[in-house]
Amino acid sequence: MTGAPEKRSRSAASSLAPAPGDHALTVERLSKRFGDRAAFEDVSFEVGYGEVFGFLGPNGAGKTTTVRTLGTLIAPSSGTATVAGIQLTADNGPSIRARISIMPESPGLYLRLTVMENLQCFAGLYELDDVRGRIERALRSVNLLDRAGDPCGSLSKGLRQRVALARALLNDPAVLFLDEPTSGLDPVATREVHDLIGSLRECGVTIFLTTHRLEEAERLCDRVAILSTTLRLIGRPDELRQRLFRRSLDVRVRAPLEDLKVVLGALPEVEGWEQTASGYTLNVSDPDLAAPALARALVAAGADILSIAESRHSLEDVYLELLDEDVEAKRP
Amino acid sequence: MSFSRRRVAAITVKELRDYRHNRFVIGTMAFLPLLFIILPIVQLLIAPAVAASPELTDRVGLSLLYMLVIPAVVPSTLAAYSVVGEREQGTLEPVLITPIRPEEFLVGKALAVAAPTITIAYAMFGIFLAAAKLFASPVVSSAVFAGSHVLVQLLFTPLLAGWSIWVGIAISARSSDIRAAQQLSILASLPPLAIIALMQFKVITPSTGLALALAVALLIVDTLGWRAVAAIFDRERLITGTRG
Repeated sequence: MTGAPEKRSRSAASSLAPAPGDHALTVERLSKRFGDRAAFEDVSFEVGYGEVFGFLGPNGAGKTTTVRTLGTLIAPSSGTATVAGIQLTADNGPSIRARISIMPESPGLYLRLTVMENLQCFAGLYELDDVRGRIERALRSVNLLDRAGDPCGSLSKGLRQRVALARALLNDPAVLFLDEPTSGLDPVATREVHDLIGSLRECGVTIFLTTHRLEEAERLCDRVAILSTTLRLIGRPDELRQRLFRRSLDVRVRAPLEDLKVVLGALPEVEGWEQTASGYTLNVSDPDLAAPALARALVAAGADILSIAESRHSLEDVYLELLDEDVEAKRP
Repeated sequence: MSFSRRRVAAITVKELRDYRHNRFVIGTMAFLPLLFIILPIVQLLIAPAVAASPELTDRVGLSLLYMLVIPAVVPSTLAAYSVVGEREQGTLEPVLITPIRPEEFLVGKALAVAAPTITIAYAMFGIFLAAAKLFASPVVSSAVFAGSHVLVQLLFTPLLAGWSIWVGIAISARSSDIRAAQQLSILASLPPLAIIALMQFKVITPSTGLALALAVALLIVDTLGWRAVAAIFDRERLITGTRG
């Protein structure tokens, strides 16, 4: 995708300029229950303006319900929230919806209408000025200007998703909620959507991204939160990794060491170790200090070192670790 | 934020464009009225040319009643589709995410159904009157144009359409299945027509007062319908399938 969103100017609908230190979203102890079932419970977080915030969780964790609640489509059961500077109340629904956009998981386009007709309808619903100009800018952002006259029904799934994204950009939203934006897309279309989100991020758009694709969140988000009915963790991906996993070094050697205990036991930075198929994994206090000392000790002990590298735990490892904890906690 | 005509217009224009692209909708809207106009015209053409006979009065009454079936029945399926159809297509959520109010959404939908319905109903009535004038015997033609027949038809056409539209949209807003909504909507469009039929066939003695009372009742339903339907329009239930 080559089109890049233009620098965003706050629209008339988004005229409440944020003060320094303001948050695009402030959520405090928000809960939503459907009868006896909690969709999400006691959720609190803040999202700064210009931040790309990932909201992760398994299917049924309450991600979409959270988005719908913050988008005033459904009412919270308890708790408070401020969305784009406006208190979340039933009366404020139209004002909040004028300042945000939500791209649902399913594009929800009128398939018999053209791309242009779809966007004209939504420009009218947002009561936007300069309709043609805005539509052209939005379509240019998603690189679809040349398809404006095509019926949406004739577009591929990936292109429909891009039209939905153009629709979500029409009103220059203060907060853009993207609900599983790459769900069901092939790798090429997924990469195009990722590139577009990256462009939006560079333009300072606040993005609330729900996904269960962890590599997507890791690549795109400044911070992530992991939801499993309750909020389990929140922070930068690096922070989450550090919080959940001990730092470690993976060492590969040509042949196992005979006097391993003696070699490693003499290194104060090494807190523990275990043997792996091709070497050892060492728990260390600080990999930067431990690696040179370890290399020296191994060479002195006559080991043939193939590699020494810090273990990289992916966000997926963090996520699975958390969900495993959930499963363990629920076990009688 | 106040009631926005622009948002109403956005919904109406979108709906009309959707009809235009949907041959099935256009076909159904055109076919049903044609079916309903053939029988009344045939009734007139074969009516005995005997002045002021009860049989002639009944035939004319029946023919005019058929003409009122058009505004009552034509909009009911479209109105019944309006909310539940969008919900099933997955297009309702993106619309409700915008600042649109339920009242604006509903009025936009109602206008989009009312415009073609009333146009078609008046066009069919015009064809019926032209056929009566040109091809029926002078006695039959005079009976059609006698008294306040034409005025009553012109008055009741939009009133009946309004009733059917609001009842259809109300059913659509509370229904979870398109077919059930359409069947219920057709049934619900009939009660006012039944009253008019009883008047046409003198089961209820027709009078100007009764006709006016019925017209006023329909007018109240039509003008307040959007408020009533907006009150039962549950955004949360429509999005999640669960009562809000």
